[in-house]
Amino acid sequence: MYQRFSYTNQLTFFQKVRSIDYILLFAILLVGIVSGFSMYSIDGGSIEYYTQNHLLRFSVFFVLMLIISFINIKIWHATGYLFYIIALGLLFWASFYGVTASGSQRWINLHFINLQPSELMKIAIILCFAKYYHRIQIHNVNSVKNILLSFIILVIPIFLVISQPDLGTSVLIALSGIIVLWLAGLNIKYFVYSSLLLLISAPFIISFLKPYQKLRLLTFFDPGKDPLGAGYQIIQSKIAVGSGGLYGKGFLKGTQGYLEFLPEKHTDFIFTLFSEEFGFVGSLVLLILYSIIIFRVIRIGSFSRSFFGRLFCFGFGSAIFIYILVNMSMVLGLLPVVGSPLPIMSYGGSSMLATMIGFGIVMSTKIYSKQLIS
Amino acid sequence: MISSSSDTNLKKLSTINRRMFIFSAAKAVIFFGIVGRLFSLQISENKKYLTLSDKNRLRESRLPPVRGEFQDYFGNTVAGNLKVYQLHVVPEQVEDFKYLMVRLKDILNLDSTTFENLINKKNKQKPWETLIISENLSWDEFSKINFYLHELTGAKPVITVGRDYPYKDSYTHVLGYVSQVSTNDLLNNKTIKDRNVPGLRVGKSGLEKTFEEQLIGTNSIQRYEVNAYGKRINQIDHEEGQKGKTIRLTIDTEIQNYTSELLKDKAGSISIMDIFTGEIIAMNSSPSFDPNLFLYGIDKKKWTEIKKDPLKPLVNKTLSGLYSPGSTIKPIVALSALENNVISPNMKVNCSGKIEMYGQTYHCWKEKGHGQMSLKNAIKQSCDVYFYEVSRLLGVDRLNITAEKFGLGNKVLGDFFPNEKKGLVPSTIWKKKALDQSWYLGETLITGIGQGYIQVNPLQLCIMTAQLANGGYKIYPTIIADEKSNNFEDVKSKIQQQAIDNTEENYLIKATEEFLKTGIKEHTPLYRNPENIKFVLDAMFKSTNEVYGTSYASRIDDPKYQFAGKTGTAQVKRITERDRELDLDLLQIPYKDRDHAWFIAFGPYKNPRYSMSILVEHGGSGSKAAAPIAKKLFKLLIDRQELRDKKKIKKTDI
Repeated sequence: MYQRFSYTNQLTFFQKVRSIDYILLFAILLVGIVSGFSMYSIDGGSIEYYTQNHLLRFSVFFVLMLIISFINIKIWHATGYLFYIIALGLLFWASFYGVTASGSQRWINLHFINLQPSELMKIAIILCFAKYYHRIQIHNVNSVKNILLSFIILVIPIFLVISQPDLGTSVLIALSGIIVLWLAGLNIKYFVYSSLLLLISAPFIISFLKPYQKLRLLTFFDPGKDPLGAGYQIIQSKIAVGSGGLYGKGFLKGTQGYLEFLPEKHTDFIFTLFSEEFGFVGSLVLLILYSIIIFRVIRIGSFSRSFFGRLFCFGFGSAIFIYILVNMSMVLGLLPVVGSPLPIMSYGGSSMLATMIGFGIVMSTKIYSKQLIS
Repeated sequence: MISSSSDTNLKKLSTINRRMFIFSAAKAVIFFGIVGRLFSLQISENKKYLTLSDKNRLRESRLPPVRGEFQDYFGNTVAGNLKVYQLHVVPEQVEDFKYLMVRLKDILNLDSTTFENLINKKNKQKPWETLIISENLSWDEFSKINFYLHELTGAKPVITVGRDYPYKDSYTHVLGYVSQVSTNDLLNNKTIKDRNVPGLRVGKSGLEKTFEEQLIGTNSIQRYEVNAYGKRINQIDHEEGQKGKTIRLTIDTEIQNYTSELLKDKAGSISIMDIFTGEIIAMNSSPSFDPNLFLYGIDKKKWTEIKKDPLKPLVNKTLSGLYSPGSTIKPIVALSALENNVISPNMKVNCSGKIEMYGQTYHCWKEKGHGQMSLKNAIKQSCDVYFYEVSRLLGVDRLNITAEKFGLGNKVLGDFFPNEKKGLVPSTIWKKKALDQSWYLGETLITGIGQGYIQVNPLQLCIMTAQLANGGYKIYPTIIADEKSNNFEDVKSKIQQQAIDNTEENYLIKATEEFLKTGIKEHTPLYRNPENIKFVLDAMFKSTNEVYGTSYASRIDDPKYQFAGKTGTAQVKRITERDRELDLDLLQIPYKDRDHAWFIAFGPYKNPRYSMSILVEHGGSGSKAAAPIAKKLFKLLIDRQELRDKKKIKKTDI
């Protein structure tokens, strides 16, 4: 049966619809619905600002995801570098003309939306590397020229994002890129060397950090030191999660949330609010939903017949995992507080846009899994 | 091309897949790590975080407890609670604090120091803590605030309760007063510390202080939810506090007020006691002050005025004032001498106005002398020379025993009033111990007429008189009417029983009790021979109701009100020969040097019920300054007896 379509890129609409990964689609939709409920709770039990905006974005970007998925993966392969360059251009734009909010210049005012190019870069870097390593022969991966080029591609956006300053996103961009480099077969010794280098230079890096970033780092190691200041977020976050218990305090009954003890509860700390209201069981369900999503994304990658599709799916799946890991570790007090949203759940247009574009390309890989890319 | 299956592509494919697999394995491990962390927070440490979350959101606000009241014998409130109008501001809820304060300053006519104090106080406390702008607004001010309230966002007119003493200065020395909690109160009283909230008033002296624990009541508690900024979101529950215990006194307000009136503009004290039940019917010390002044902090000028008053309004003279008893001691001296068989009532002494003894001259108050005197006459006319002789024969140590037995030299009300003073009845042992000197016989003579070392407070003379008047039986005075209070009839029949039972055998038990200092049991006889008591009482009757008696001028002939008494005039300084020659009128002597006037009395004579002691500081002679007061008091006292009997505490009432 596959034989018939395997070498053609002319799929009928019906065929496309049939080959959608419905489990993935459904899992994404479920997380979207859960995020809607969380926003409803943030709005104090009514559909207001956050709920409206968030659900509107989710709906629009969900449709966008479907549109992307119906477009041949060849197109995405072809536009890989372009996407990276646009994202990079926007980063530069943000650095010079961006909107400044809470001490960080990371947004571009597009009038209907405040776009955060660093979020787009999280996808663009994966797309770029997937395209780059699609063609490179395995024995050339570790050539000096390739390593150098990859390094430049990775470092420029990271540098731009750090200088915004936005430590969290730059770390996530770095990890997203590195994971593709790792998958592409870059020699393990480079990873070991650069880790060692990072460790040695850590004190110097820390000395370049902004005071508030240093404080976050310090309070991570001892949150009790300044319970009303820098340690406040993490203490309140742990209280919210811990007080949730097995079944949670109940929908709309999270006291830490509605009494405003939780900072940033609609963005980075959304999981805390959710976990307080739905408890261990709810959190586990959410984690399982995310696991299903990651598993399906990687599964799609493993069926792809192109290196591009495979690298992108593996890379994106791993990146999603890392986003979730960093966010959860942060809110559960396992990592210092850095800005990192929880995919789909957190309020924020750019993050949602980037994530949905990623899922769209993954689904395109699924629909065009037999597509060969030269 | 993957499908071309070239070696390099296969190698690339397997590298990617292998590395993905390694990473996925790592993911699985990390996933379980996160789940483990969630488990430890939400399941293992759930209790801890739940407590922390409650601590975050729940706040308790304790309101001042409602203080128990004091009532007089008839149930009238003598220290109660009054509606108080206050103005509170919670700075957090005010948009423009400065504007509000300026407006309030204008409306309430706050002076600039009060205004500045309020601003300072505001800066010291947390923005969500209540700032009390005024603790006691007049009704006018309160309604004015309410009128402008729509312009005064954040201002909260509050109606609360405050202490009120309706009889103003009448009860001050009994009840004391309440005022703001001080650091000392917090350190010394755990109950106050536990229940302390802004606006709490606690007892500072008198019964208000003594019964603090029972009066204070418990706080009402409001629990409410606050948000992260400390703002109240909603009330969770309200726990109504318990009002403090209401305490009923034995005092009759009518009589108490009348004593105030009688002592007006004088320094002195009046105590009235039921001689059988020991109930204190009036206890007053003059001058007094209005305890209401202390509720909201007294202003400095007024305070200095009270403190510097030469008549000492802050001293409770009834309990803390110590004076020479003067001739009021003579009934006890006579009784002691009779009981010890030192003299016979028929002993005659010739009074020539003075007597030479041990190389010194001792004068009688009557310069010309009383002539031939018997014991009864000597009491009646208060002949000093006779009593010099009696005390010479008696000796100070035997007098000491009798006087202490009848209530001198000991606290009358025990622990009720921390400021009560014991006074002093001297003895040879006391002098040796306290002054390391031996006793001079001359001092015995002076003690016998109530001068010298001997010192008493007015209430001691009152209980002494009571214990004589009731036939010589021990009573324990009380000021609280409760289930432990004695019933007049019960006491009377018990005393009659005691009189019959007073055999030699019982006397032994009594002597043992005395020896072991266990305190004399209530209603046990204090005499050896009841005839001796009767003799002394009869002498006191004659002193008031027969011609030549020292208080004859103040007698009441109507048997219903007829009373018996003994005057006393206590010297405050030694009378020199020159003074005797001058023989100045009272008003010519400087106030500080004038004698204290004493009068002790009991009545009605036929069926005694009450005893009283009256002191007028620097009032001159007892017969002129103190005895007329008794005459007025007995009329009211006996007229009100019927009412009082009706109000008698029945055991079933409680």
